[in-house]
Amino acid sequence: MKPERYLPAPGLSLVLFLTWLLMVSSIAPGQLLLGLVLALTIPLSIRRLWVPLPPVRHPIKLCLFILRVLSDIVKANFQVSLLIWSPRRAPHPGFVVYPLQVQDRLVITLLANTITMTPGTVSTNIRHDRSSLLIHALDMSDEQALVKDIRERYEQPLKEIFEC
Amino acid sequence: MNLSFMIEALISVLLVLGGFFAFTGSLGMLMFKDFFMRLHGPTKGTTLGIGCVLIASMVYFTLYQQEPHFQELLITLFLFITAPVTGHILAKTGLHMHLKYITGTQGLQPELKDEDVGQSRVARPARPKRPGDIKARRKQLLKSRGR
Repeated sequence: MKPERYLPAPGLSLVLFLTWLLMVSSIAPGQLLLGLVLALTIPLSIRRLWVPLPPVRHPIKLCLFILRVLSDIVKANFQVSLLIWSPRRAPHPGFVVYPLQVQDRLVITLLANTITMTPGTVSTNIRHDRSSLLIHALDMSDEQALVKDIRERYEQPLKEIFEC
Repeated sequence: MNLSFMIEALISVLLVLGGFFAFTGSLGMLMFKDFFMRLHGPTKGTTLGIGCVLIASMVYFTLYQQEPHFQELLITLFLFITAPVTGHILAKTGLHMHLKYITGTQGLQPELKDEDVGQSRVARPARPKRPGDIKARRKQLLKSRGR
């Protein structure tokens, strides 16, 4: 009767429980019970697909990172809107290969999602050997500057947060 | 009374802004020239639009129903998870199907390696349909004819 066998991912269970309570927005005993059942059964049923999250070493840095990404999302929206509303100024799109330094699957996923949400870039393909990420940039003037920008703004903080 | 007017003004501004950004994101689908550029509109333009509407909704229901509303945060969370993943899958599909992109596209010609494709159930078009390649093929054709 090991606890890991019935509770493979305690963090995930907690998140599921809280999400359920938020969704029904009540703390009636019935909902608590249902939430508990879901929090126990869902991690068990997806156990084989679950990639364990590397431990977060610096929660404060994670908060700063989230704030930075949020502000970048707002900036990204303004930039893309500007491009859409000024059709005379044709954007210069381009593909960039971004060499990855992090190797953890989940961190790469986080990085790729961040890249998609932030200014002018969409991640299009991850090499199977996790060596590089193919990025489509909407308006690219300098390839090297873009790679450097992503490395300094997003990959370094992620590396520090998860220490990998 | 003055305060409630301010709050209503704030909510209205947020709603209008939200509508504006969501519309802009959709307009991007029309204005951009190729598939990969069109992806940028919906993945980004709409995020802020929906964000604005959700904040407005949170403020409105918290103040006028006298109870905190946080379900909108969940919508934001789901949106932040699904939007980039959808964008990534669509972009990858675009590469897979050798979709055309406009001639000005910089950088190297993106090509999926065999291991990226894997055992695909969807047949890939045999030849890339990009403009540069058509020219190269024509050159090859002319060369072979000249010979």
